[in-house]
Amino acid sequence: MKNSTQTAAKKLSLPHSLRLAVLATLVAVVLGIPMVALGTTDQNGSLILVQRWPWLLWLAIVIFVGRLFTAELAAHGVVDSLKTWLSSRHPNRPKFRDRNPAILWLRGKLPEPTVTLLLLAFLLPMMPFTDRYSIDLATTVLIYVMLGWGLNIVVGLAGLLDLGYVAFYAVGAYSYAIISQTLGLGFWETLPIAGLLAALFGILLGFPVLRLRGDYLAIVTLGFGEIIRIILLNWQSLTNGSRGIGGIARPEFFGLSMSQTAGGDSSTFVDWVNGNLTMIGQWFGGSEAGLEAYRLSYAPVHRITFLYFVILGLLFFTDFLVRRLRNLPIGRAWEALREDEIACRALGINPTMVKLSAFALGAGLGGLAGCFFAARQGFISPESFTFMESATVLAIVVLGGMGSQIGVVVAALFLVLVPELGRAFADYRMVGFGAAMVLIMVFRPEGFVGERKPSLILGLVGKAKSKAKTKGVQ
Amino acid sequence: MDTGYLAQQAINGVTLGAIYGLIAIGYTMVYGIIGMINFAHGEVYMIGSFLAILGFILSAIFGISSAPVAIVVVLIGAVGFTSLYGWAVERIAYRPLRQAPRLAPLISAIGMSIFLQNAVQMLQGARSKAIQPVLTGGVTLFTDNDFDVRLSLIQTVIILATFGIMAVFTILINKTNFGRHQRACEQDRTMASLLGINVDRTISLTFVAGAALAAVAGVMVTMYYGVVDFMVGFLAGLKAFTAAVLGGIGSLPGAVLGAMIIGLVESLWAGYVGSAYKDVAAFSVLILVLVFRPSGLLGRPEIEKV
Repeated sequence: MKNSTQTAAKKLSLPHSLRLAVLATLVAVVLGIPMVALGTTDQNGSLILVQRWPWLLWLAIVIFVGRLFTAELAAHGVVDSLKTWLSSRHPNRPKFRDRNPAILWLRGKLPEPTVTLLLLAFLLPMMPFTDRYSIDLATTVLIYVMLGWGLNIVVGLAGLLDLGYVAFYAVGAYSYAIISQTLGLGFWETLPIAGLLAALFGILLGFPVLRLRGDYLAIVTLGFGEIIRIILLNWQSLTNGSRGIGGIARPEFFGLSMSQTAGGDSSTFVDWVNGNLTMIGQWFGGSEAGLEAYRLSYAPVHRITFLYFVILGLLFFTDFLVRRLRNLPIGRAWEALREDEIACRALGINPTMVKLSAFALGAGLGGLAGCFFAARQGFISPESFTFMESATVLAIVVLGGMGSQIGVVVAALFLVLVPELGRAFADYRMVGFGAAMVLIMVFRPEGFVGERKPSLILGLVGKAKSKAKTKGVQ
Repeated sequence: MDTGYLAQQAINGVTLGAIYGLIAIGYTMVYGIIGMINFAHGEVYMIGSFLAILGFILSAIFGISSAPVAIVVVLIGAVGFTSLYGWAVERIAYRPLRQAPRLAPLISAIGMSIFLQNAVQMLQGARSKAIQPVLTGGVTLFTDNDFDVRLSLIQTVIILATFGIMAVFTILINKTNFGRHQRACEQDRTMASLLGINVDRTISLTFVAGAALAAVAGVMVTMYYGVVDFMVGFLAGLKAFTAAVLGGIGSLPGAVLGAMIIGLVESLWAGYVGSAYKDVAAFSVLILVLVFRPSGLLGRPEIEKV
């Protein structure tokens, strides 16, 4: 019986799919006529028409075949089962991590998943396959993880939509650049100052606007991000405008310079290592000539690896801070506020102060990331702090799954590595990037690690209730 | 300060405001009906501008020598194609996400915006495109201390066309079946669907209407400035959305009022203080208004029910 209906569905599905495919192709061709088939190009100062009808034909073929294929898949239930398989809101099956014996066994033995990942990341520079480029790339990923975790407090935990997060990143970066060049302070002294300054900016912006409802807040923060960028562009005397600030001091390793030659009375890291090596070697009775083979010589990769460890250290700190805060009353107040503001007010939570604390903390972490970014690049300009950055960081939080620490790591890896690997297709990669963002959202709107459960549940009562709830849904 | 200079800046500001207003209506309608910021709307406007460039070149090739005929033909073509783009964007990126968490359509919209921007850059080239002015000429309104206050023909066309279209649009929203459906869906989508309104179709039509107005804005800007590149959508979209929020999102007259304010602030600031911080001025006005009137100038305050 079931079999016969299935064959009937198969017989009927083809004309329907064909109709869908023809429709999609028609739309694509009409859309493509002015944009794909026709174009303009500059010739001797005036625009002339160019015609590319074969491109349109290719587009039509690709769309027709693609739509026919997906329609057939949908007709046979493949798309639906794929969606269910991808979706985390899956009623009948326990989550992958709850039924995989290896994960279950490991769960008790390992620290928190984020800490485990960070410890693994610690090993990366020691792997035989890592080179300068991969450490550099990993540093970029970690900067985005840091930004993602910062924004996650604001968007994921407190539920405030911030579209101008890059402003705080910029404040941190310019704080370090300006303070180190005018006051001569080093990276480690400036790091807390940059964080505090960014948090202060967060409070300054947040205080008047946090009373606004979600989407108004979004547009105000978006405007604020643009304001900061325009000020950076135009305040020539302080920020050097669009030419940016160069020659920013690199971080030091406990007072040791990581560059080839040290300025002033400090010494370089390499000299220090070699000095100690000689001392220890002689202590064990080695000869000067025998130790020569073990001497370090300066290589730029040392500095890059050092920077990698600096951001990794910052991430350990951030992860610890955020995980602890989530268990404190303030963290629970953030999540409660995200779920229901009116109920929070009724319970005596001051929404403005709670939101402000989330905003300030998120901004401060963004500032720390910015400070590190400036120290790593050695050159910053307003170009680095456009809306695209804010959008990327927000995409990391949302793609990762709001409120999930580990999701941010996964999404940051994805969003940094995919465009990077696509560098060979330079022109097409951003097109693919945008399309991928749409597709991921369509197929998995709750993000990679999507779950919106409170960080703390009140003992068995909470468990029983959530069970009852899922049963009710089924 | 001279009245002449002030009047000239005001004329420029109103022209700019009219263009922002056309884009802002698309934002405010979409926000009103599905409660999301349509980030790709700026890109739809950008596509409208590119279509206008293409249209004027094609009409020159086909030998349409009279400017008004060319403008009408280009306007119809651009509106038609851009509407289809608006429809396709909604169909692909937003409709599958109707039931999704609130931020999912926003990210998909940002993805769509990145996609369209880069696709246009890839297909049409990254360099900015310029065309000869289509309409030249104008009138000198009055002269004040040797300063001619001019109202150019193209400014007149933009302002008149904008207000004409807005009048038609107001009738469309208030009197026609589509307008009734649109307003019903805005108030309560579930109830509207229970009463036999095709909600998906109404939302699609809302996107089409918004895209059509954005196309008109694109054609006007192309005639006004004569230069287009693939980046124009972002800032124009941001300003227009700011205008929509300023006027009270969801309100059509509010969007136009907000756009006029933003346009005037921008051009007066550029005229008297300098153009460096004109965008800062526009956004500061927005922040100030929202602090003192959180629902915008003409928006209804939202009543939260438990």
